[in-house]
This record gives sequence, C-alpha cells and structure tokens, in this order.
Amino acid sequence: MSDGRQKHNRAWWLVLPVVVSVAFTAIIPLMTVVNYSVQDIFSPFDRIFVGLDWFRDVARDPEVRGALVRTLIFSAQVLLIEIPLGVLIAVCMPRRGWTVSVALVLVALPLLIPWNVVGTIWQIFARGDIGLGGWAVNKVVNFNYTLDSADAWITVLAMDVWHWTPLVVLLAYAGLRSIPDPYFQAAQIDGASAWATFRHIQLPRLRGVLTIAILLRFMDSFMIYTEPFVVTGGGPGNATSFLSILLSKIAVGQFDLGPAGAFSLLYFLIVQIVCYVFFTVLTRSGR
Amino acid sequence: MRRLPWARTVFWLYAATLMLPLLWMFGMSIRPNADILGAFSLVPQRVTLENYETFFTDSTWYSSYLNSIVYTSMNTVMSLVVALPAAYAFSRFRFAGDKHLFFWLLTNRMAPPAVFLLPFFQIYQSVGLFDTHLGVALAHMLFNVPLAVWILEGFMSGIPREIDETAAIDGYSLPGFFFRIFLPMIRSAIGVTAFFCFMFSWVELLIARTITSVDAKPIAATMTRTVSAAGVDWGLLAAAGVMTIIPGAILIWFVRNYIAKGFALGRV
Repeated sequence: MSDGRQKHNRAWWLVLPVVVSVAFTAIIPLMTVVNYSVQDIFSPFDRIFVGLDWFRDVARDPEVRGALVRTLIFSAQVLLIEIPLGVLIAVCMPRRGWTVSVALVLVALPLLIPWNVVGTIWQIFARGDIGLGGWAVNKVVNFNYTLDSADAWITVLAMDVWHWTPLVVLLAYAGLRSIPDPYFQAAQIDGASAWATFRHIQLPRLRGVLTIAILLRFMDSFMIYTEPFVVTGGGPGNATSFLSILLSKIAVGQFDLGPAGAFSLLYFLIVQIVCYVFFTVLTRSGR
Repeated sequence: MRRLPWARTVFWLYAATLMLPLLWMFGMSIRPNADILGAFSLVPQRVTLENYETFFTDSTWYSSYLNSIVYTSMNTVMSLVVALPAAYAFSRFRFAGDKHLFFWLLTNRMAPPAVFLLPFFQIYQSVGLFDTHLGVALAHMLFNVPLAVWILEGFMSGIPREIDETAAIDGYSLPGFFFRIFLPMIRSAIGVTAFFCFMFSWVELLIARTITSVDAKPIAATMTRTVSAAGVDWGLLAAAGVMTIIPGAILIWFVRNYIAKGFALGRV
C-alpha cells in the first residue's frame, strides 16, 4: 500500500464482497464463540448466563497451563532452529542456471504436502521397525516415539523443521535476490570477507522478509494441530499435547461448549498479542 | 557475487535430506504389506502396484480424493472472484478505514482453526451446508480470501498507476479497463494466487474434517481412518500419501519463479 493513491470512497463497493465473505466465515463464528463462552449450555433451550466463570476456570486449569507452556517452548525452539537454518540454506542456494528451478521446486515440495500426510510420512519414517530415520537412530541410541516422551517431542520437532524450514529458505532467498549487484561489487572492492558481506549487506536487507517469516512461523507453530495429531495423538501421556490438540479435544470430543469457547478466545488473544509484539519490535528495531 | 566454497555442498546435502522421507514413503507404497512389516530393507525386495490398485478401485478412496479436488477448485475460484476487486481497491484507492480493514484481514490468518471448529459445525448444520462441497469451500475462504487479497495487492502495487490514468484518458470505463487491460497484465499474479489458494485449501484437514461426514469427505480424513482390526495398512496409506503430493508437484512447476514472492504475500 504505497501512497499517492486517489481518495475514492466508492472503492468500498469493490471491497464489499470480501467483507461479506469474511463476515460469514469469521465474524459470525467468532460471535458464536463469544456467546458460548459466557453461558452454561445444557441444551439449546436450557442455558444460563455465567459471566466470566469459564474464563477463570480455563485460566486456572493445570492441563491448559501445561499445554500453553509446551506450545510456547515448541514455538521458541521452532524459531531458534528454523530461522538461522533457513537463512544459511538460502545463502547457499544456487543463483544461476537451470539448477535454480530444480532447487526451488525441491525446496518448496514439503510445503505442498497435506499436513496430515506430513504426519503420515514421519509416522512411517520415524518408526524403529519400518522407518529409515527411526531405524538409523535406533542403531545408535534406543528410540521409540510411541513410548518415550522425549523421543516423541524430538520427532514432532524434527518433522516441523523438515516441513517448514523451506518456507524460511524461500522467503530469505527472495530477499537475497532483490539485493542489487553493485552492493556486492562494492564489498568486493573493499575486500570484505564473506562473513562481513553477509553481516553488513545481506542480513540488513533481509529484515522485511524475515519479519514475515518469523510472524508466519510463530503463528503456524503456535496453532500446530494436524501433524502431531497424526504422529503422536498428543501422547505419550500428554507429552506432545499442544493447545490446539487440547482445545479440539474439549470442543469436539467432550462437547463442553462454555469452556471451549472461553479457551478459544483466550487462545486467539494470546496469538494476536504475541504477533503484535513481534511485529512492533521487528519493525522498530534498527530504524 | 562471491560464493562460499562449500555452499553448493551444503545446499545439495540439505535438498537430499529433504527428499529422504518422501522417497522412503514412495518406497513403502510400492511394497507388498508383508514385506513392509517383515525384515527391514533399504530397497524394496518385491515391487508391486497393488496399493495403488486398491486406491483407484475402492470407492471410499478415490471418491474422497475427488471430493478434495472439487472443493479446493471451488474455493480457488470463489476466493479469486472475491479478492480481485478488493485487492485492486486496496492498491489504487484511499477510502475510509482502508488500512484498518487491510490489517484486520490478516488477523484472520492468525486465528487458530481449532477456534472455529464448533461454530462452523453448528452453523453449517443449521443452514444445510454440512457435508457439502460448497460448505467446505466457503469455510476455507476464512484463510484464503485474506491470503489472496494480500498476495494480489502486493503484485498489483508493482504496476504503475499511470497505466490506469492513460486508459481513463483513452475513454475506458473502470470495468472495461479492469477486464480488458488490467487482468491480462497481472495474469501471472492471478496464477500464483490461484496456486496458493489451491494449496492451502488442499493441505487443510481440521476444518474440512469437522464439517463433513460422507458426501464431501476429504482424502485427508479418509487417510486418518485406515486403522482396521488388522492394524495400519501402511502400504495403502503411503500410496494415498504419494497421490496427495501429485497435484502440488505438478502445479508447482508452473509457478516456480514466483513461489517465493507468493509466500512473502507479494512483498519482496
């Protein structure tokens, strides 16, 4: 949205279809959730207003707190591994010739696989008896993701790194490609080392795309559901039971509308706050 | 620019690691089940197509595969039709509340799908959209419309505004200009956006599974129900997994040069 645009309030007519469709898919459902969250519902005709009781219950629930801590740790680990790794691979990616197309397609491939199939792939790959990964690790240390909590966590983390680092690679690669050649020629004339070139030319120019990368990776890792659901089902015990998994268990499994509604709203709120903080910090620092 | 000496090695090692789990699944899909659970071997001892045969002859499998293709295609068309005029408005005009609206759209991308499960389930049942292709296509507009608006707006802003003005001087009306000049100019952007809408609708499982039961059941949901009394049918599951990768693998070739820009929401 660059400026110099005409002022033209009739443009609202062009935006109207979007507003209507998003109202139907987002606002009405969200209002329904708000409605659930303040009532105790026994049947469609038998409900009482309970105010903020559900919110208090949910905020105090040790199971919810455990899931929140796990999800936060998971998101932090995901960011710490995927962002540096993605930038490294992007710097190493070929830049000229036919290998560029091949490299782009290979890197993008994991992103286009349905999320439950990603789960299936790793369910097979990490098994000690029939999977290459699990079999190889088993040669060194005892590894079984269905029984051992630490192994389950590592499997889910490895799966996420496998699945989503390509997104960071693609974004960083696009950012690197947009740096004009004279920058590098100047660096070369000055005799800058590869590290100095990266630190003072490439990294600063990656700010924009890395902001998007960090935001997207935070949001998606914080909302992760399908992949761990397929691989571990939240187990063993509740070792990999993240917020989404717990929420859908309460909502669809037990059909507890009130607590599920309150849980949903708090969850949404946390995502929004953390994204807002990230966004503000990243766009302000270095200005 | 100067390249690090080991850059090539690092990249291709990474690419190989990336492909390993995929190749392994492919390997599983062409083995008979007895061999999968038998002795561990790196290369299939016997190659068979029986898993794919089951996939194409058992109606629960191929019909849910078709279901997924139908609702993703519907969603792609609907999202584009809705998003095109809006993206144009955002890139060309200033109007009351435009910035707020634009950012509010992105917050829908932040909403955990799990939050919307219950209301979707109940609303769709009460208006008769439950278990229909149209229902899933509508529900997926939740994240695809904001995505499409963001990507298209990014691409459209790259086209100079002078073109609009020249066309206006030449006597084109806004719709005439939009359909005859502007749309052909941004056809690669439309292609990229369509690809992303298709992809995100194709990979989503949680919502699609919740609001369908039989008639519009997605392939992804069928795959989560392969556990029978005899245990998991790994070969068939792997074959279905390979089949779900194919549409993306074909489409990606056409948009390979734009894919990074698309993931950056049109902003690089």
